[in-house]
Formats: sequence, structure tokens, C-alpha cells
Amino acid sequence: MKNELTYMDKVYKWGRNWNISVMLILLAFPIAVAIIFDAAPDWNGLLMGLVATAPMYWAVGVVETITYIPMLGAGGSYLSFVTGNISNLKLPCALNALEQANVKANSEEGEIVSTISIAVSSIVTTLIIILGVILIVPLTPVLENPVLDPAFAQMIPALFGGLGVVFVSRNWKLAIAPVTLMLILFIAVPALNSGTVGIMVPVSVIFTLIISRIMYKKGWL
Amino acid sequence: MTFDVNHPIIFAMVAVVIAVVLAQSVFFLVKAWKRGIEIGMDKKKLRKIAVTATVFTIAPAVAIVISVIALSKQLGLALPWLRLSVVGSLSYEAIAAENTANAMGLGATEIPNASQFVTVVLVMTLSIMVGIWLVPAICKKMQSGMINLEKRDKKWADIFNSAMFIGMIAAFVGFVFCDVGNVVSGDFTGLIPVCVMFVSAVIMAVCGLLAGKFKNIHWIADYALPLSLILGMASAIPITAWLS
Repeated sequence: MKNELTYMDKVYKWGRNWNISVMLILLAFPIAVAIIFDAAPDWNGLLMGLVATAPMYWAVGVVETITYIPMLGAGGSYLSFVTGNISNLKLPCALNALEQANVKANSEEGEIVSTISIAVSSIVTTLIIILGVILIVPLTPVLENPVLDPAFAQMIPALFGGLGVVFVSRNWKLAIAPVTLMLILFIAVPALNSGTVGIMVPVSVIFTLIISRIMYKKGWL
Repeated sequence: MTFDVNHPIIFAMVAVVIAVVLAQSVFFLVKAWKRGIEIGMDKKKLRKIAVTATVFTIAPAVAIVISVIALSKQLGLALPWLRLSVVGSLSYEAIAAENTANAMGLGATEIPNASQFVTVVLVMTLSIMVGIWLVPAICKKMQSGMINLEKRDKKWADIFNSAMFIGMIAAFVGFVFCDVGNVVSGDFTGLIPVCVMFVSAVIMAVCGLLAGKFKNIHWIADYALPLSLILGMASAIPITAWLS
């Protein structure tokens, strides 16, 4: 008798099929543009552009994927890595939903909650961008208004202030060492800024895991 | 066919890709929702999760629209629409586009021909694609590892999860303080993100206290994060005027 697939097995199957399909469609886009407009890529520009961009993004991409999968859950990971904006939108959204529903990330309820919040967030984002593209002419002067500029420039601090107070207050023993280390590094090293914060996330996560393990073994948690 | 970065055909192709990605989100939403009901999760709870996610997403999504507008000055409207709806974020896409444009000697001007447009799209696509194929390759193994960890030592598995979230939040808290050092040279703008984060944290804490104290306004806890996000962002306007 054929074994029935569990929900999680199905999620892995759906995720694999969807992600590979999206990857192929994304690759087909530049090829289609090249065929329709009868234009080959500028090979030298392509090589130089890739050399300047790809190695760093591939390395960061691998580390980010490994770091974010346990936090996002399976369904959430498949969706987030297709729709992007993970650390500034999808992950905080999932964290908030897990917190609100009072479920653990590594339970089946957690998987459901995380997937629903990320799917809804992705749909809403896509629809708002579509609306923005349609209304770009009247919206541009409003959204680029210098009065509103500071508000959008400070989205990350506003997001992590709210999120931080919940998680840090609940896990303050775990938070002391990584928050202290990150404060020292970001204040002391000028190269650490908005462009490099993505690289520092895995560093901070690994450091926190090591410290937590030591604290756990010593019975401090 | 004469090329233009805003050619209707390019828009049509982008719309198709975005429709597929939208379909994936709807597919996973429906499947997760059905499974939630199947395992006995309350419909009201699921609806609340969806509503809160919607409210929370609005401000960051508007910020993404601003990024689309920013990138459209060089790349036209269709390509940023695609790249910021799928996979990327402003910082990644802008750097990939800039590196390629510089390699072709274009600078910050609008991309003039199809060949250069295709080149920029290829660099963006090939550079920022790791997650899409790597997740299917390793997700099952990693999630199984997490389940085994839970079976072996439940307490450590819970700490492990919390530690990952704390690690991520710690990195962003550090980032908020990255320009504080400029204060010694008389530049106080580095304090703007710190003050905004403080305002947002206070609003979140007040919401939590109010929801705990007054049961009739418990709903405030559900919207505490979007509220702290929006009010925190709004506070940036006077704080920036004050510290700049």
C-alpha cells in the first residue's frame, strides 16, 4: 500500500515544484527580452557585473538561507525566498504572528501560522506595489515629499524597536551578550552599516547560539 | 522592434512573472489555512493572523513602492516592479544594477538599449537567486534536524529557537547605533534611529501594559507591532528636524 504523504511532506513537494518553476520563469525573462528585441547581452559587462556582484551575494545568500529557514518554517521559507524582503518584512511579520498566536515556531501550528502570515504579507505587498506602479504619476510627488522622507528612512529602527522590546524582555538573559557584541561592533567598525547588516545577522545568530549553549550547559537558563 | 525600458511587452512579461509568484502565495495560503482547520485551529485565530499581517505589511510595502520609484529613474518602471516584487530588496538590487551599469560605462543614466538592459537583468537575476534553489535543496533536511533536536532535548530546542530570533534582533539593534560615534564630531544625526527605536519600543511596551491591565481593550495587543512601527516612523519626522 502506498504511504500517504504527511502535510509537511506535501509542503516540501509543493515548495520544490513552485520554487524551481519560479526560478526558470525568472531566468526566462531576460532571455525573452533578448529574443524579442533581438539583442545579445554585453558579454564583457555581464562578466564584470557578475564578478563585482555575484560572489558576495552568493556567499551571503547561502548563509542567509541556512540562518532563516529554522525561523521561517518550511512553507514560510519557500515563499520568503521567492518574494524577498525577508529581514525587513517577512520574518518580523511571522515572528509577530507566532507571538500573537502563542505557538512555537517548531510546531505544526507554528508552521501554519508562519505560512499564513508570510503568504498574506506577500500578497498584500504585491498588490500595494501593483497599485503603486499604476498610480506612479500622482503618487511620486507624495511619496518623495521631503516631509515624509525621514519616516521611511527610519523604518528599520521603528520595526526593531517594537519587536526588540518583546523578545529581549522575554529572553533578556540570552540577549545581553549578543546585543552588547553587536553594539560594540557596529559603533566601533565604520564598515558596518545598512549595506552590511545582512551579513551581520548570521554572525550574530551563530554567536547567540554558542553563548546560549554554554549558558544552558552551565544551568544558567 | 524599438527598445524602451518601459515597453508594453516588458510590462506584460513582468506581469506574467508576478502573477505566478502571486499564485504561489495564494496556493500556500489556502493549503496552510485548510490544514489549520483540519488540525483544529480556531478560524477566528487564523483570520486574526491574516488581518494583523495585512495591517503590519502596509507601511513596509509603501517603503518598497518608494524603492521602485527610486530604481525606476535608471531602469524604467517594469524591471524594479519585478525585482522588488520578487526575491530582492532595494539595497541588493541597486548594487547589482550599479555594478553592471558601471561595468558598461553607463553611470546613473537611463539604460539606452536592449543589450544593456538584458545584461543588467541577467546580473540581477543570477546574483540574487541563491535562496530560491537552495531552500528546496536543504529545507527538508534542516527542518528534520530541528524536529530531531526537539525530540532529543525539548528545552534546548526551545532555547535554540529563541536564540536565533534574539541573534537576528541583536544585529539590527547594533545597526541602529552604527552612526552614534559621529556625535563626538558634533553630528547628531546618528542619534535619529536610536531615538526612533526608543519611541517605537516605548509604544510597544505601553500597548502591552494597557492590554494586560484593561481586558476590554485586549485588541490593542494584536495591533501593537504595526502601531509601534507606524508611530515610530511618524516620530522620525520631528526627531529628524530636531537633530539634523
